Amino acid sequence: MPHDHHDHLSPSGHPYRPDDDHPLTYWQQMEIAVRELLIEKGVTTAQDINAQIDAMDARTPANGAAVVARAWTDPAFRTALLEDASTATREMGFDIGPMRLIALENTADVHNIVVCTLCSCYPRNLLGLPPDWYKSRAYRSRTVKEPRKILAEFGVTLPENTTVRVHDSTADMRYIVIPHRPAGTDDWTADALGALVTRDSMIGTGLAKLPSA
Amino acid sequence: MTDRTYMRVRHDMPPGHVRTPAYLRGKIGWVERTLGPFPNPEQLAYRHAGQPLPLMRLRFTMAEVWGNAADGHQDTIDAEIYSHWLEPADAPHAP
Repeated sequence: MPHDHHDHLSPSGHPYRPDDDHPLTYWQQMEIAVRELLIEKGVTTAQDINAQIDAMDARTPANGAAVVARAWTDPAFRTALLEDASTATREMGFDIGPMRLIALENTADVHNIVVCTLCSCYPRNLLGLPPDWYKSRAYRSRTVKEPRKILAEFGVTLPENTTVRVHDSTADMRYIVIPHRPAGTDDWTADALGALVTRDSMIGTGLAKLPSA
Repeated sequence: MTDRTYMRVRHDMPPGHVRTPAYLRGKIGWVERTLGPFPNPEQLAYRHAGQPLPLMRLRFTMAEVWGNAADGHQDTIDAEIYSHWLEPADAPHAP
């Protein structure tokens, strides 16, 4: 075992996470105070808040994968999605609310990758909560300057003649990448194809899985 | 390429809530598509009624934004910029 001599590591080989027993921060106190006041004054209830947290947790990249798989198998939907992704996905039951959605299609010549340099804008209704790295300063600052290096670090090396299009999600739009459909899947159903569509492939930091993988 | 509408992002650094990334200020891109109108977030942030503004998706070349330090000169960055941050411009010269 490579980690045998390090007693600050758990049996799994990973470091123990420090206990979260520091005093509450200002904003933690503020959140608790506002939440308790809203409940006390009857504006909302603890059940409503828990239901909203459950609803947020229930949104996963499987939603986005269903959209991508349908775009791969239903040409009319693909056209509608590229034309107006908010409406096309809403009709599938994925309402993006007041935001608007743009679908970015990868082709043999173009690879799209999404970042929000200003904060962490992300199509949560299709992909769930963003991964920590998506919110990191490193990803946000480097993706607009050296996207090919970022892609290589994610294991994606593109041919020189592929155009990389970086999309900085700066305002009211949200973005989902439609990855390139893997070869050898011509007779696959949308359900089966959905299993090939990873979260990262819809951010643009990955590709769809290959049928054999 | 001749039918592109080029715009320059204003080279200003005003205080307050602004959704125009600093790294694009002063840079020239072309209009990829026009969206909106959406209320001006610089007013919304202070609970004022947001003036409805066109939101332009501008496309910049890496070379325009980063010069010779660019990773792939033909690669591009798209960003959504509110119209009051944009002024007409000629196509940029290659660096």
